[in-house]
Amino acid sequence: MSNDTATATTAEPGTAPEPLPHGLGVSLPSAEARAKTEGTFPYAADLWAEGLLWAAVLRSPHPHARILSIDTTHAREMPGVRAVITHEDVPGAALHGRGRADRPVFASEVVRHHGEPIAAVAADHPDTARMAAAAVIVEYETLDPVTDPEQAFEAEPLHPDGNLIRHIPLRHGDPDAAGEIVVEGLYRIGRQDPAPIGAEAGLAVPRPDGGVELYVASTDPHADRDTAAACYGLEPERVKVVVTGVPGATADREDQSFQLALGLLAMKTGCPVKLTATREESFLGHAHRHPTLLRYRHHADSDGKLVKVEAQILLDAGAYADTSSEALAAAVSFACGPYVVPNAFIEGWAVRTNNPPSGHVRGEGAMQVCAAYEAQMDKLAKKLGVDPAELRLQNAMATGDVLPTGQTVTCPAPVAELLQAVQDFPLPALPKDTPEDEWLLPGGPEGAGEPGAVRRGVGYALGMVHMLGAEGADEVSTATVKVHDGIATVLCAAVETGQGFTTLARQIVQETLGIEEVHVASVDTDQPPAGPSCRGRHTWVSGGAVERAAKMVRTQLLQPLAHKFGMSTELLQITDGKITSYDGVLSTTVTEAMDGKELWATAQCRPHPTEPLDGTGQGDAFVGLAFCAVRAVVDVDIELGSVRVVEMALAQDVGRVLNPAQLASRIEAGVTQGIGVALTENLRTARGLVRHPDLTGYSLPTALDTPDIRIVKLVEERDVVAPFGAKAVSAVPVVTSPAAVASAVRAATGRPVNRLPIRPQAAVVTATQ
Amino acid sequence: MGQREGAAGLTTHAPQAAQAVTLPASLDEAVAALAAMPAAVPVAGGTDLMASVNSGQLRPAALVGLGRISEIRGWQYQDGHALLGAGLTHARMGRPDFAALIPALAAAARAAGPPQIRNAGTLGGNIASASPTGDALPVLAALEATLIIAGPGGARREIPVSHLLAGMEMLRGGELIGYVRVPLLHAPQVFLKATGRTGPGRAIASVALVLDPARRGVRCAVGAIAPMPLRPLDAEQWVASLIDWDNNRAIVPEALNAFGEYVAAACIPDPAPAEDGSVQQLPPAVLHLRRTVAALARRALGRALS
Repeated sequence: MSNDTATATTAEPGTAPEPLPHGLGVSLPSAEARAKTEGTFPYAADLWAEGLLWAAVLRSPHPHARILSIDTTHAREMPGVRAVITHEDVPGAALHGRGRADRPVFASEVVRHHGEPIAAVAADHPDTARMAAAAVIVEYETLDPVTDPEQAFEAEPLHPDGNLIRHIPLRHGDPDAAGEIVVEGLYRIGRQDPAPIGAEAGLAVPRPDGGVELYVASTDPHADRDTAAACYGLEPERVKVVVTGVPGATADREDQSFQLALGLLAMKTGCPVKLTATREESFLGHAHRHPTLLRYRHHADSDGKLVKVEAQILLDAGAYADTSSEALAAAVSFACGPYVVPNAFIEGWAVRTNNPPSGHVRGEGAMQVCAAYEAQMDKLAKKLGVDPAELRLQNAMATGDVLPTGQTVTCPAPVAELLQAVQDFPLPALPKDTPEDEWLLPGGPEGAGEPGAVRRGVGYALGMVHMLGAEGADEVSTATVKVHDGIATVLCAAVETGQGFTTLARQIVQETLGIEEVHVASVDTDQPPAGPSCRGRHTWVSGGAVERAAKMVRTQLLQPLAHKFGMSTELLQITDGKITSYDGVLSTTVTEAMDGKELWATAQCRPHPTEPLDGTGQGDAFVGLAFCAVRAVVDVDIELGSVRVVEMALAQDVGRVLNPAQLASRIEAGVTQGIGVALTENLRTARGLVRHPDLTGYSLPTALDTPDIRIVKLVEERDVVAPFGAKAVSAVPVVTSPAAVASAVRAATGRPVNRLPIRPQAAVVTATQ
Repeated sequence: MGQREGAAGLTTHAPQAAQAVTLPASLDEAVAALAAMPAAVPVAGGTDLMASVNSGQLRPAALVGLGRISEIRGWQYQDGHALLGAGLTHARMGRPDFAALIPALAAAARAAGPPQIRNAGTLGGNIASASPTGDALPVLAALEATLIIAGPGGARREIPVSHLLAGMEMLRGGELIGYVRVPLLHAPQVFLKATGRTGPGRAIASVALVLDPARRGVRCAVGAIAPMPLRPLDAEQWVASLIDWDNNRAIVPEALNAFGEYVAAACIPDPAPAEDGSVQQLPPAVLHLRRTVAALARRALGRALS
């Protein structure tokens, strides 16, 4: 804190608490930070109810099999077992799914992926429940799994409506256009697991009216409630989803089938039922990033100007559609990246396989294509013999340019400025120039790194992502602001997943109402819906709704005063709980003006509508776009192929900084997640079976893997259609960072690097290479 | 994380099925406790065992905790050897005083996972788990360490570590690894590990190399690429003959390279020629592993002789 004491003049000396910064643009700390640090913050796994039962789920050991019979007799007869349920016990809709209802609550005739739920048990002890689940006898006829997405087109349909979930043949411009310089490439992106730090857990409590309450770490409570109600055959009003503390989410975090099983068991037994998934179950059940196969051909003229991009993009959706359709739309629409490309011909497919399910993971679709188009830009620069950064600069998109979907970019798109900023930022010192500093070699502090074998590389990447749901999704959020006794409360069903929405909501109310003490109520489905916590939605739609509600309260509060003094409410201002007029004539406190009343207002925010992509991939499908530029500096041990990212310098288009510390932490988190995609994170399968579904086999970046992250520039060009002019910040660093790391490894080794994560053998330089 | 939640959940509910835990204070008491309860499982740091328990693969009827046996948590000298207690933690072995005695074992201990694992995991546990990626194992193999096994009635017997790891001799029921006897060589030793990442990780391949100036020998073991550490004996003998032991252990630089290739080829041999006599290529991943072993062995020897 500074020595500025002006804000504390009214308080008595000695009793004044240190005033916290408040309002927009300051680094207000999260209200939950302390409890989370001390371990007292309640997450779903910490819940407990009197007389609760424990649930366990039986999952398929096969990726593809026909179920011949399910015998639950032994499991039911075990002492302590209270209920065993299978597909026969689902009273309502048998199928559910976020994008399309194609996923059974419990597999009935076939299993389509390793770990698909088949039965669930409630028992009086977790061990009993697990043993009973293991005692359910399932007779399988194993089938040949479809594990290669390229084979999915020809393979036997895994689902009644076939293996092709969506095909987008985007056509934009002149198909006969051709450039003098042509580069081609084939790229593969692995399967990232969102790996939230807390696995799925929840508690279901039956209600006397035959309904049920689900206490879960949902990121989209209303959608989860609607799904649950449909599967239970109940009216939505009889199912209530109460959102507990969310232990990490980078998108749709939960395997929904476990929530559904939990409620069914609670209703069947009449007792509260709790389930905590193991890490293995979590890896098997929830949605992963789409493994993607991309084939590209870039045409440019001899000056380096892009002429045409042709691409084929194949997303492996796994067994069920989930949000693959949206991921494909993003992949196809952003297939050329933030570059001016007059002619684009992009074919995209999302197909079903027997691999682990794919779905919404931050930056889905956009991340995979970014790795490919940036690899193409590197290739093109090499062929043209120009600097890769200069080539990018030459082709960078700006406001007013047209996307391959025909949509004109109307929002700020300071792409060239971002790239220039990271390019101009000084490079980190070379170890030979700073001999007194400890040099962390690739391979780590006790690794085998040898300075003589280390090469340094610098790579650039530009990325873009859309914000909010696309293609006509009804993006809306509702928020209520209440003021009583000098304290404001926000009620909004936007889930705090760690992204910082509650902090932002407090700042918005502080800014609008001048009230410092703002609380954000916990979320349940009795509140009006706010939609899912993803795609940077809540900063925009829920933040917008909170602002409108706060403004309505402000008007209610000031209107009588303004009327009394014959001035408009705009001439009054509220700061630190005091209302003053522009000329200083009026001066009163908020508490006085309220006169013991409670003020409530509810408002909605609904951005302008979008339209679906048509048969040739054309349409104004996106509300807003965000851009970023990353420069990666890596050290590669060219004999062992180990890579250490030394520094990531990033410049981002953020519209407006609402909370500097929170924004920086979001960017750092995004870059780190991107480094995981680039170097280590890949949930591997063998013939559809997940290998190593644990955090030993699946390597998340640790502090040692994480480089210095330099936020070089935040371009604050306000997006006029967004509330506060602010853009979502979390996704675009994830999208862009992997491509930048790959580019830097290319620069260090001269190897093509066309697969992510980068395997050590792809970064080795031998005499023949 | 899952583990913590599971454990927290259990404590809020009915007591777990009665599980006997004994905490003996001496090695012989521990052996007696194991003999009294043949179903009991000994546990030291628990870094492998508890992971199996949490994932439901192991449900021990009883546990014998070895954490309070102070006699095996330190080390002592014994005619040119160090007698290391099996309960020494990786964190303890990583400290400078230990590193001055057995540098390669200290380096392996420092590389064995994140601090939480190193604080709990023990030398004896590393041997008993005998995981192919156990970092201490190639070092013990290169040092030709001997295990001192405690049995019922105060019995002690000795097994070379390689015999246990190769399955030639096994621990019998009720036996515990008490100590590990390691020669003190007073010469450079190196442990190198490739993980493919910068943060802590399991070894893709590791190499331990020790010099034995008294016997003018080089001993090397390659870890993580086979179920047990591999000793390239021919390569060791060959390179030892090239070292000028009396002249600052000098060696021609080309020999380092050749040693690396020799070790790698010994551990990952070329595939047999096809029936028509044509030369078969190793799969790319295996070829990379072989190159990794070669680079590690070359670097290890280079550092030991520098």
